[in-house]
Amino acid sequence: MQLIFEKSQPGRRAIRWDTLDVPEKKLPADLCRAEAAALPEMAEIDVVRHFTHLSQRNVGIDDTFYPLGSCTMKYNPKVAETVAALPGMARLHPHLSTSTAYNGNVQGAYELIYELERELAEIAGMQAASIQPIAGAHGELTGTLLMAAYHRDRGNTHKDTIIVPDSAHGTNPASANIAGFKVVEIASNAQGLTDLDGFKAALNENTAGIMMTCPNTHGLFEKDIAEIAKLCHEVDALLYYDGANLNAIMGECRPGDLGFDVMHYNLHKTFATPHGMGGPGCGPVGVGKRLLPYLPGPRVVKKDGGFALETPEKSIGRMAAFFGNYLIAVRAYAYLRHYGGEGLHDVSRKAVLNANYIFARLKDAFEPAFDGRFMHECVFTASKQAEGGVRAMDFAKALLDEGYHAPTVYFPLTVPECLMIEPTETESKETLDAFCDTMLKLAERAKTDPESFKEAPKTTSVSRLDEVKAAKDLNCACL
Amino acid sequence: MNPDQLKYTKDHEWIGEDGGLYVVGITAHAQDQLGDVTYVELPAVGRAVSQGDETAVVESVKAASDIYAPAGGTVAEVNGALEDKPELVNQDPYGAGWFFKLKDVDASELGGLMDAAAYAKYAAESEH
Repeated sequence: MQLIFEKSQPGRRAIRWDTLDVPEKKLPADLCRAEAAALPEMAEIDVVRHFTHLSQRNVGIDDTFYPLGSCTMKYNPKVAETVAALPGMARLHPHLSTSTAYNGNVQGAYELIYELERELAEIAGMQAASIQPIAGAHGELTGTLLMAAYHRDRGNTHKDTIIVPDSAHGTNPASANIAGFKVVEIASNAQGLTDLDGFKAALNENTAGIMMTCPNTHGLFEKDIAEIAKLCHEVDALLYYDGANLNAIMGECRPGDLGFDVMHYNLHKTFATPHGMGGPGCGPVGVGKRLLPYLPGPRVVKKDGGFALETPEKSIGRMAAFFGNYLIAVRAYAYLRHYGGEGLHDVSRKAVLNANYIFARLKDAFEPAFDGRFMHECVFTASKQAEGGVRAMDFAKALLDEGYHAPTVYFPLTVPECLMIEPTETESKETLDAFCDTMLKLAERAKTDPESFKEAPKTTSVSRLDEVKAAKDLNCACL
Repeated sequence: MNPDQLKYTKDHEWIGEDGGLYVVGITAHAQDQLGDVTYVELPAVGRAVSQGDETAVVESVKAASDIYAPAGGTVAEVNGALEDKPELVNQDPYGAGWFFKLKDVDASELGGLMDAAAYAKYAAESEH
């Protein structure tokens, strides 16, 4: 398929402007480009066909089972889209949100933000939440900046280190680093859990905090979390909870009750908003009592029988323009109201049940990475198959030919030839069975015909990509 | 397949003496686990490192990993060829795919490292 730039024909246009019927006023010269932008020149129908064809090559949760571990690719209910598209939601001008003259017009939006933040806090046992951060990693940065603000405020100038277990979420070290901390990685034990001795050895007076996810990226619940929290708080270190795996525990336990001081939520994972492919996201932060004074502002507060904006005195300030990606928050709010408390509890229970069903069906064909009880995702190693020439990546490619999105492969890095499968709660037993049947069929074929895997995928619009070239010869261009 | 004259770390680096300098690279097992190497970040010549210091970075299609100094010393040379041809790490991990050379190494620090047989056993175990 050609890039849109390759389809460009000089002089061709999709729209033509009418002749000006008012005097033309030129922009100041210093605001103008020296050269015209290199835009593709095309007829409207060719633009429409180009993007329609691209969209037809896309694979999403509306097409097929998407067991991408750690990513919680659950179905995004269409009711949330309907709500977000209501004119009263979609057509609000962002400036209304901060204009005191007009905030009477946006009391409903304020109320939605207030209620969503309150509900997110309640689900995770936090004191409060802020929907400002515009992505999960942005939430991590916000959370680590809150930790920095706490220590600065208390004169903890020596606290310059954050501990990150190797089973934490992959973005944590980068976020801590950008917030100005040094990162100390600690290894998991043979059970796939944070090693308590290794943690104790790494913990000292300079420790500003620890970043964990629970269940961790091995899909296992950190059974020593209460002890870890106690030891952290004894040296005034804070616990950061990465919400990547929150879908496993809703209604069962709450990060705040486990001892976590600060966290982010991935609305696109747990609360069924679109993953967005780098588009608008929302990664709210939640805080316990220690970090409450530092939350990003302004905040929506109840005042005089309505809602108003206030910035906490010790706030770290704005993390996004206006309220971040408000319409993503609207979708999450719709989802929360749609399910309710009991419904969310059921979501987590079914997510765990589905993962364990897959685990039970596949554990004899694929070697489990750990002995423990998996929660919302199960982790296998294809090391044995790799000896016969079929690696985790080959299984991933073969699954594409079978009509599935591949599971996560080669993550977490702690597991060789890793296959990480997260079905989520929204899949039926029939779907899970069909997927497991396919996996078992592929495991059999790996024994009898390993060569056939090297040709996969054969049915997709492009065959096996040259990943080395993709990584080495980065050449950004618009499609 | 791991050369007998080299010493090996638990992080899958190797170190070996060559003309008064100590050459460091990653093992055949490590490059196999990483997959195709796409980029190598090398230390500055003259940098002093202690045993276990993060000294280089290797990126593959799967992951980015730190390379730790198997022994303390001063970086005397780096393998500039890896800049254009990082695939040398895959093709010849114990030869043309070396990372850097150290001088002023305290040879007693190599005592705690594994020999080829012990490393082969360690690598096989870490795979399962």
